Amino acid sequence: MNPVVRQFRDFFVSLRLTVVLLILSLLIVFVATLDQVNLGIWAVQEKYFRSFFVMWHLPNSNIALPVFPGGYFIGGLLLINLVAAHIYRFAFNFKKLGIQLAHSGLILLLVSELLTGLLQQDSSMRIDEGESKQYAESFRENELAILDKTNPAYDEVVAVPEAVLTDEGTIQHPKLPFQVKVKAYYANTTMQVGDPAARPGAPVANQGVGARVQVLPLPLTYKPDERNLPAAFIEIVGPAGSLGTWVVSPAVGMPQTFTFEGHTWELVFRFKRTYLPFSLALLKFSHDRYPGTEIPKNFSSRVRVKSDDGRDDREALIYMNNPLRHGGMTFYQADYDHERELYTILQVVRNPGWLLPYISCIMMGLGLVIQFSQSLRNFINKRSAAGAP
Amino acid sequence: MKKHLALLVLLLGAAYLASTLRPPSNKSAFDLVGFGRVPVLVNGRIKPLDTVARTSLLTLQGRQRVSTPEISEPFVASPIEWLADVFFNPTKADRYPTIKIDSPEVLTLLGITEDETRIKYDSAAKRTLAILGFLPSTKSRFSYEQLRPKLPELDRQARLAEPVESQLRTAFQKQAIAVRDRIVLYLQLKTSVQVPDTTDFLGELELFERALPAGIRAVLAKQKGEAHNEDALKAMMAMAERASYMEQLGNLRVVPPAAGDTDPTHWRPTGTALMEAFSTMKVDATIMDYARIGHAWRSADSATFNGIVGTLHSTLTPRYPDAMRKSDIEGRFNAAAPFYSSMTLYVWAFLLAIVSWLKWPLELGRAAFWLLGLAFVSTSVGIFTRMWLEGRPPVTNLYSSALFVGWGAVLLCVVLERIYRNAIGSVAGGMIGFATLLIAHHLSLSGDTLEMVRAVLDSNFWLATHVVVITIGYAATFLAGFLALIYVFRGLFTRTLDSATADALTRMVYGIVCFATLCSLVGTVLGGIWADQSWGRFWGWDPKENGALMIVIWNAVILHARWGGLVKQRGLMSLAIFGNIVTSWSWFGVNMLGVGLHSYGFMDAAFYWLIAFVASQLLVIALASIPLDKWRSFRTSAKPA
Repeated sequence: MNPVVRQFRDFFVSLRLTVVLLILSLLIVFVATLDQVNLGIWAVQEKYFRSFFVMWHLPNSNIALPVFPGGYFIGGLLLINLVAAHIYRFAFNFKKLGIQLAHSGLILLLVSELLTGLLQQDSSMRIDEGESKQYAESFRENELAILDKTNPAYDEVVAVPEAVLTDEGTIQHPKLPFQVKVKAYYANTTMQVGDPAARPGAPVANQGVGARVQVLPLPLTYKPDERNLPAAFIEIVGPAGSLGTWVVSPAVGMPQTFTFEGHTWELVFRFKRTYLPFSLALLKFSHDRYPGTEIPKNFSSRVRVKSDDGRDDREALIYMNNPLRHGGMTFYQADYDHERELYTILQVVRNPGWLLPYISCIMMGLGLVIQFSQSLRNFINKRSAAGAP
Repeated sequence: MKKHLALLVLLLGAAYLASTLRPPSNKSAFDLVGFGRVPVLVNGRIKPLDTVARTSLLTLQGRQRVSTPEISEPFVASPIEWLADVFFNPTKADRYPTIKIDSPEVLTLLGITEDETRIKYDSAAKRTLAILGFLPSTKSRFSYEQLRPKLPELDRQARLAEPVESQLRTAFQKQAIAVRDRIVLYLQLKTSVQVPDTTDFLGELELFERALPAGIRAVLAKQKGEAHNEDALKAMMAMAERASYMEQLGNLRVVPPAAGDTDPTHWRPTGTALMEAFSTMKVDATIMDYARIGHAWRSADSATFNGIVGTLHSTLTPRYPDAMRKSDIEGRFNAAAPFYSSMTLYVWAFLLAIVSWLKWPLELGRAAFWLLGLAFVSTSVGIFTRMWLEGRPPVTNLYSSALFVGWGAVLLCVVLERIYRNAIGSVAGGMIGFATLLIAHHLSLSGDTLEMVRAVLDSNFWLATHVVVITIGYAATFLAGFLALIYVFRGLFTRTLDSATADALTRMVYGIVCFATLCSLVGTVLGGIWADQSWGRFWGWDPKENGALMIVIWNAVILHARWGGLVKQRGLMSLAIFGNIVTSWSWFGVNMLGVGLHSYGFMDAAFYWLIAFVASQLLVIALASIPLDKWRSFRTSAKPA
């Protein structure tokens, strides 16, 4: 064999590489745990685990230097190492069954985590008691929806993702008879009542809520229990000129409408929606505490699942450790109305690979049990052969 | 003598254990033991007053003894006697030093001067010891009476500190809130069965009951705007005010629901039950019973006291047979303190095993092994009793995880010692058993260790699988680390580590690491599946999950380094010792993330201990890297592989 190829092969199948990679992963997990105090859980995942390199931003500049291999890098190499060693050393015999099973399980687990990272979609549903909902809302993503409300039977919706707004450009869409100009975008804001013109620097809105409030930009929050509330200044420009400037934000509760060429339009900046092929209605939310304490004993939501085609119409009880799986999605009890217990918040997860960890768990557990019980048997046989005391 | 040494030691140990199992006896004419077994509902479960007394004392002052260093005799003979004083004779209880304050800033806030904190020992010998630092020279426990004048100021400071996020609070803010909470707990106990400022609650209740019909008429008349008896009205208002005060503050639900009603949520605090008298025209019998007990307690009338306690038992026992049986067993369990006696036995097993390496290996080794076994049995009984009381798998909170880590590690040690018979298992078992029980003791200071589990943990299936398996993984990783410590210390400082023993230790460490890998891996993956079931993701990189993952990775590092020939005997030992650091981080470190990193200048006591432990382990790893020819055991004999 070509010596270069052999060196290459020896590098990738070596146990030394395994040990080095494992130690690197230990370090990255440790540092990422510590950094959660500063960054919060989501930013840490992006920075350390869902990246090829951990980047360090030079203070006061936009230059970032790779300072440590990231999760994809270490995980990828570990996967290559594992698969290469497996192929190289593979020889099916009964003695190695345990170790091979365990490592195959590990490969499956790494693959399933990768799949989860790429394919899993999280969102949430807040349903009031008695209400029925057919869409889930994203935790972190928002969208600008422009609705044509002219036809009372249905709405025509054009949804603009938040990422497009951050460019602060002009949007032209075949379904819209006007241009949408993003004059300013802020990733996190708060609003207070006041004269918008009193705040120099920001564009001035002259329509809707924006004419009466000031928009104050805030630094991004990473706290797990808070979310960023973006805001944007949107100018609608028709062929004959500007129709006005609106402030839109998920914090604005009331609809902002205008008419153009005989159609009624509505502007909403809202949590990004995913529509489901069925609806969920909350029949009853219950919450019990242990007597004489505030320690929650359980919370549960009784819901009714009704599909569009009418094939499904059933009741289900969702509570801690007992989610509802329906239509490729899983609904978990996540939160509730802490004051009056009138609504429930369900977490909605679509993860096509959810079954893989279960299979890999069985493979790894079984593999290790086989391997170690073999070692134990050898040990006992040796001792009794040696006649140890 | 030498031949029967092991048997003798075992018998002594068994006799010691048996002595703790004696039913607790009354030290005076009052049936305080019976009073301690009266059940009340608090924090979601029915428990005996004895447990209330013990856990309250632990929360208030970190120990169950009520005493001051200046007087050798304790103020009360038992926790339940203290509780009786708090309930029925508060002026006396107010003078017991039962509120622990460590922070000098809080002491200043409360106006406690240095003169008040200095301990004035009565003997010259004690004074000398105090100067040398062997005895404490300042007091840390104070009486309610001492603190009372400045309580509004403390409450104000605590209220100021409360809106600050708990992780961002300064040391002073944390301590102000902690001390305020202790005082609130004390006040809650004081107002649980009677109003503290009364001298004759029984008399007042009797008077109130007689005045009820006239009083209610007066209230109704006043509502209609008719003429009414002003005195009768005043009496009603006064009692209503007291009842509402008790209802707001009292935290024990002492009054059981009406006969036939088994719903535990219907147990009521005294204040609520007293309010009901306005509609039923009668003061609840249980309240009257407590008031009679209180009257008898103050007037030293033991016959009445014992009689009413008996009445309470005979009315409650047929109604709550299960709760009363549990209450009785819990009282016995508290008095026997099996974990305390196990701690003592572990220490003896450890010492005997150490000595057996130097002298009489066979006899002392066996004695140590039997003592270890005895301690293990006693811990097991304790853990099983807790499981039965709770109706749950063994690990439900940090406290029980400490118990179970020790239990699992000692079980593995017993197995190792059975196989190798070289006292190494006994030394490691004694050490880990003692250390984990000590940790558990310190964790128990936060209150009732049999607390109810939160909704998210309310799944006996997962508690029994994931939590148990992962805790055994902790135990095994620690055990491997402790065995490695024994290797380093014996090899470096003594001549007792011959190559056979060194090889045996290596095999032990290797085997235990294999076992640890299995348990921590399976436990972690099971945890992932539980997370998938309850939160919708298999893995979320949250600190506790990362901690578990780090243990798995580290065990995998050890195994692969060994298989790849990257480490030999000594390297394996160093890696295993580092496993102690990884495990202690996962077990405790991740829970302190907020503490250590956010509040500069403030070191939580537990955080300090964690740092000290990590430093000590790093030191041993450094020691292990001293060249082998400097090791006492290997200087002359052949070097191990």
